[in-house]
Amino acid sequence: MAVISNGTTIADAGAFSASLGSMVLIKTITISSGTSTISFVDGASSVVFDNTYPLYKVTYSSVHHATDGSQLQIGFRDGSTDYDATIQSTSFTTYHQENDGESSSDRLNVSSGRVANSSSFQNLHQSVGNDNDQCASGEILIFSPSNTTFVKHYLSRLDSCHDSNANMDSFIGGYCNTTTAIDAIQFKSSSGNIDSGIFKLYGIKDS
Amino acid sequence: MGLISNGSTLFDSGSLDASVASGSMTHIKTLTASDSSTLSFVNGASSVVLDNTYKEYVFKFYDIHPSHSGTRFQFNGSVDTGSNYNATKQTSMFVAANIEADTDTSLSYQPGDDLGNSTGFQDLAGFGNANDDNDASLAGTLQLFDIANTTFVKHFIARTNYMTTGPYPVDTFTGGYFNTTSALDAFQFKFTSNNIAAGTIKLYGVK
Repeated sequence: MAVISNGTTIADAGAFSASLGSMVLIKTITISSGTSTISFVDGASSVVFDNTYPLYKVTYSSVHHATDGSQLQIGFRDGSTDYDATIQSTSFTTYHQENDGESSSDRLNVSSGRVANSSSFQNLHQSVGNDNDQCASGEILIFSPSNTTFVKHYLSRLDSCHDSNANMDSFIGGYCNTTTAIDAIQFKSSSGNIDSGIFKLYGIKDS
Repeated sequence: MGLISNGSTLFDSGSLDASVASGSMTHIKTLTASDSSTLSFVNGASSVVLDNTYKEYVFKFYDIHPSHSGTRFQFNGSVDTGSNYNATKQTSMFVAANIEADTDTSLSYQPGDDLGNSTGFQDLAGFGNANDDNDASLAGTLQLFDIANTTFVKHFIARTNYMTTGPYPVDTFTGGYFNTTSALDAFQFKFTSNNIAAGTIKLYGVK
């Protein structure tokens, strides 16, 4: 049965015809106690991470690490159970200490977060602090993860409380250097657990 | 009454069925400047929501035009529902700029536009002052994460493009955190002096 209002078809054939928005929340994972990994796996726990959407976005809010000086990292899964897809990336940061004590050369820098054709996890920022009020928030965009012709690009921007009591704004761009589909992603801390935070996966429709 | 189309439940009991992929970005409020000294979004006033309803809020700026040259577009946050816009911030900023004559380019950190634990307004456009030529304006986005959190600082990231005197197009990247564990519940936008002659600011909540 179709629903037609004022001559416009609102719904038909089991789906809405009218636009309900292009950015769809797929899954929220809320961390409230020490957790070693946070994973979004296609087909598991209501997660979609395939060619349903050409673009996926993950936001991370108020991510608090157990270990001072650790980094939030992402790994990509490309056909096995391991998050070890080869990645190639660039990274740069801005840095501003709360006491204005940073050197001018540290304020805008190509950072050590870049990765050269490695199967290691990608750092999304540097050395976050673990004071009670310190955390990190940001987002990553992942383009066409199920494409089997091209490499798969990602862009991340994340603002964090550096463990030297500074603001650090981190910019990461890179690609999974594989033509195998990426069907899952995993976040973890470079050292110790993630004690709290909110991770949200969205799909962006192409029509 | 529910609606079942082609065997699929589209809505029932007053809400969309969980299987229906609906948009996650909700328009909350649009303010349009008309020679306005400030534009303010206050939780609970004029249909504005700025609380824990959403974990991410997004402001989008369209055609922001100053009434006079020699000014910079700025914002600040409030922890007392708009009585004062003076939340403490720690921030960083860098810009990319290229004069229209193509004789001067820049990629630089902007130490004059960052804030070191300051309650002042944060510039959202650096490098030079805004141009008030008839066709000059600013556009961009400001994202704020987990503003109602009372445990951690609250991060934001912004990117704007605007025309400064020169004229240069300037791509400005600002990141930082509100260095408070109080919830933020209002935001105000203005130029450093004089008025916002024209322009539109839209506020969205992201589920």
